[in-house]
Amino acid sequence: MMDITGTLKRWWLNATAHIDFPLLLITAAIMLVGLATVNSATIDSAHRMLSQAGNMGIALVIMWIVSRMPPQKLMNFAVPLYIIGVLLLIAVFLFGIKVNGARRWLSIGITRIQPSEILKIAMPLMLAWYFQKYEATLKLKHFAVAALLLLIPFGLIAKQPDLGTAILVGGAGFFVIFFAGLPWKIILGLAAAAAGAAPLLWNALHDYQQRRIMTLIDPTTDPLGSGYHIIQSTIAIGSGGLSGKGYLNGTQTHLEFIPEKHTDFIFAVYSEEWGLLGNLLLVFLYTLLIGRCMIIASAAPTIFSRLLAAAITLNFFSYAFINMGMVSGILPVVGVPLPFISYGGTALVTLFLGIGMLMSIHTHRMLVKK
Amino acid sequence: MGNFHNPEGDVERFRFRLGIAVFVVLLAFGLLITRFFWLQVIQHDFYQTRAEDNRIALIPIVPNRGVITDRNGIVLAHNYSAFTLEITPSLTANLEETIDSLAEIIEIQPKDRKRFKRLLEEAKNFESIPIRTRLSDAEVAIFAAQRYRFPGIEVKARLFRQYPMGTVASHALGYIGRITDRDLKWIEEAEQQANYKGSDHIGKTGLEQRYEFELHGETGYEQVEIDAGGHAVRSLKRIPPVSGNNLQLTLDIKLQEITEKAFGDRKGALVAIDPASGGVLALVSNPTYDPNLFVDGISPENWKELNDHPDKPMINRAINGAYPPGSTFKPFMALAALETGKRTAQQAISDPGFFTFGNHTFRDDKKGGHGMVDMYKSIVHSCDTYYYSLANDMGIDTIARFMGQMGFGQRTGIDLGKDELAESKGVLPSQEWKKQRFKRPEQQKWYAGETISIGIGQGYNAYTPMQLAHATATLANNGVMFRPHLVRHIIDTRTSEKRPVESKPVRDLQWKEKNLEVIHRAMLGVIKEGTGTRAFAGAPYLAGGKTGTAQVFSLKGSDYKTSSVKQHLRDHALFIAYAPIEKPTIALAVLVENGGFGAQSAAPIARMVLDYYLLGKLPAGAAPEDAEALEEDPVE
Repeated sequence: MMDITGTLKRWWLNATAHIDFPLLLITAAIMLVGLATVNSATIDSAHRMLSQAGNMGIALVIMWIVSRMPPQKLMNFAVPLYIIGVLLLIAVFLFGIKVNGARRWLSIGITRIQPSEILKIAMPLMLAWYFQKYEATLKLKHFAVAALLLLIPFGLIAKQPDLGTAILVGGAGFFVIFFAGLPWKIILGLAAAAAGAAPLLWNALHDYQQRRIMTLIDPTTDPLGSGYHIIQSTIAIGSGGLSGKGYLNGTQTHLEFIPEKHTDFIFAVYSEEWGLLGNLLLVFLYTLLIGRCMIIASAAPTIFSRLLAAAITLNFFSYAFINMGMVSGILPVVGVPLPFISYGGTALVTLFLGIGMLMSIHTHRMLVKK
Repeated sequence: MGNFHNPEGDVERFRFRLGIAVFVVLLAFGLLITRFFWLQVIQHDFYQTRAEDNRIALIPIVPNRGVITDRNGIVLAHNYSAFTLEITPSLTANLEETIDSLAEIIEIQPKDRKRFKRLLEEAKNFESIPIRTRLSDAEVAIFAAQRYRFPGIEVKARLFRQYPMGTVASHALGYIGRITDRDLKWIEEAEQQANYKGSDHIGKTGLEQRYEFELHGETGYEQVEIDAGGHAVRSLKRIPPVSGNNLQLTLDIKLQEITEKAFGDRKGALVAIDPASGGVLALVSNPTYDPNLFVDGISPENWKELNDHPDKPMINRAINGAYPPGSTFKPFMALAALETGKRTAQQAISDPGFFTFGNHTFRDDKKGGHGMVDMYKSIVHSCDTYYYSLANDMGIDTIARFMGQMGFGQRTGIDLGKDELAESKGVLPSQEWKKQRFKRPEQQKWYAGETISIGIGQGYNAYTPMQLAHATATLANNGVMFRPHLVRHIIDTRTSEKRPVESKPVRDLQWKEKNLEVIHRAMLGVIKEGTGTRAFAGAPYLAGGKTGTAQVFSLKGSDYKTSSVKQHLRDHALFIAYAPIEKPTIALAVLVENGGFGAQSAAPIARMVLDYYLLGKLPAGAAPEDAEALEEDPVE
């Protein structure tokens, strides 16, 4: 008997050796909120919630596997993943399937893939690897190279055009460069240049992108399109009030006023039913998540792991902030899911790849020091 | 700039920047919370009222779909309005009973019920589904009187697509059908969701699919106030829809019709192109189908019949069928030989009736051979031996490079289907192709012997009739290549402005004039004194042509030997032509499946097409009905 419990105990210890429980608990809490909200948003078709639970299971397994890979091993993925990602993006540019002006998909036999997803993970990995490699001799030119490594995929994705993904990928890369110590002079210079170039940038945007930004200023200009989304989601949030209308009681949601209510606009559903108090809880959970990740980043032993951890952390923040900002009408509508809450398997897997990497960084840190 | 490295400093700077990040995160979240506080506490009453009377509903108004006409303005696809009887299942207590009692006052056939059931499975909640379409005025009146008995059922006026020419040109036009989940994905990818609110039809194939977003138009909407029960009380504002753009095609529908008739029961394809612009004049794939069957949801019986038919009428043979070009490949081979300097026109070989390579003998059609054969004679009399030896001398990669430039083995980019993938690529054999095509290393190797049958358009060669017509048009246009296209103008319905679709050449192959002259003269010889003489007897214009016969075999290498001639698989007949030879205005490729010799069954069809196009002459005994007379229903 003793032996069996002993074996079980050892097995359990081994299986959980690289799990960071605070991080797991926080994400689990956010996921539960998500599952409940997906259930409310798709109450007519219950299979959605079950399939989302399935997605979560898969994502957790992937997180578990990644958490067991030491950062050394993660580093090995950096260059190949980045190169494959960029090559696929070039392939999209050259041979991609064009659908109404946007070239985002690559046809491989029976299915189509969207290579920009790969870059969401490959970009921070690659840049963190790069800065680690030149750790001892870091000079300004290395920042220039890093910027180039960032701009190639960014440009290719923006050109597709897919502004939302380009912003996320570009952001992830920028965070790495920032934490690697990009001089403030340059940061301020870039900011000034960006402000100066804003009118040019505006002209470079596609009609529909310009329209989205205009819609933000006056939602009534596009009442059937993205203006409709913003009008209806602000009504949902505003009418939720202090404590919300109660679970499954959101009229905006259940009378079909909210579009994409289980994906990008799911926050409107949540906010209508749980009100300001619910929102505060959710923002608090995200803050906890980001806080825990920051702790992991600050304790990370190598440049690679520090930069990777910090970039992933801030990416979680960008997802959450951009999504909630867009649904509540202070940011333009770009296709960004609410992390751990929006329905969809791809986004969950990408997010949990990040969580797994953070766990790996944290639980392997002692080994690295030795 | 100095050296940045300082490990202690690095960590410190990192933590400092992390601190800045924490600050930014808290600031951003603070901003969000402020926004929430503004919306949910300060403005709560305002939004509360707006949610409670979210009684302003936007009702989309579906635009009129664009009309498609041929080059002369003959209508090929238009819309008419008809009454439909529609059921909203969520508002109906017992569906079966309701339909039964409905059937007592209005005729509902079993096929209507079947279609309804099928649509019901695909439909979303709250959507109304047609049970009967095209009600007569009397039926509308009868239902109106009994309306109170049928909650959830209403009569709606809807626009229906109609193809007045029936089966003619259906492979080019394509058809529309109800929007399915897969279509929705496409609409989403194209960021057109808002514009498709209320629309329930979408182009499924052909031009209807390729130009979907042109034809669809812009959805309008009506802001209406609704009462507590969800009924519209008062209209507040109306933004009218904008009709979809009209398409004027390069197609000549009478030419198309005559050609389809010329095929009769035979399977095959014909593509005729204006070489000077790439405009497609006729695109035939026989047998064909009636796109009208699809408009209000095709019945399972009709679908089964079309889909299971041994002749496969749903396949567009012109762009999706890949066939070996047979001897029609020879003029292109000859041009390649001249351009690459492998042959001069005068060089002649002695043809004993066969060509030996290693211990394998490649036979010519003519026993005993053609005697001394130069390039002119090799085309006019279609001498195989000449091309066996030529291909052997050129080598597979030279052939592949030249033919690739001419568009063989590549999608022509014709504007049909949803994207370029709607068209087949065919097979342009090369060492590289074989490496990609086969898995096992011993299969991947290119054998020199395999090059020899490539020279006469056999072996791995497989091209679509579209590619063959495209290459013929490029040849007729002396190497200036246009992308084949079916739409000539997109006509904006608001401004009547005509937007041309294609006018610039895609490529100029810059062939030498004297080389072209040799080929043109030989192809004229085919008509005057060669294999095409019979079909073109008495033609008042000069044309260039080439016959072809392609052995039938499956592309999967292993089947090649099993599908022997014993199985009575007759050869495919091919013919390419262009005319008038001085300045060609039409170039074409014809393929008749299992038609035997090209001269017998394919060339006469080509003659008919050229006669009509150049002389306006109708084939004997085949006066086509007047196109306008085919329109049964009133327009719109």
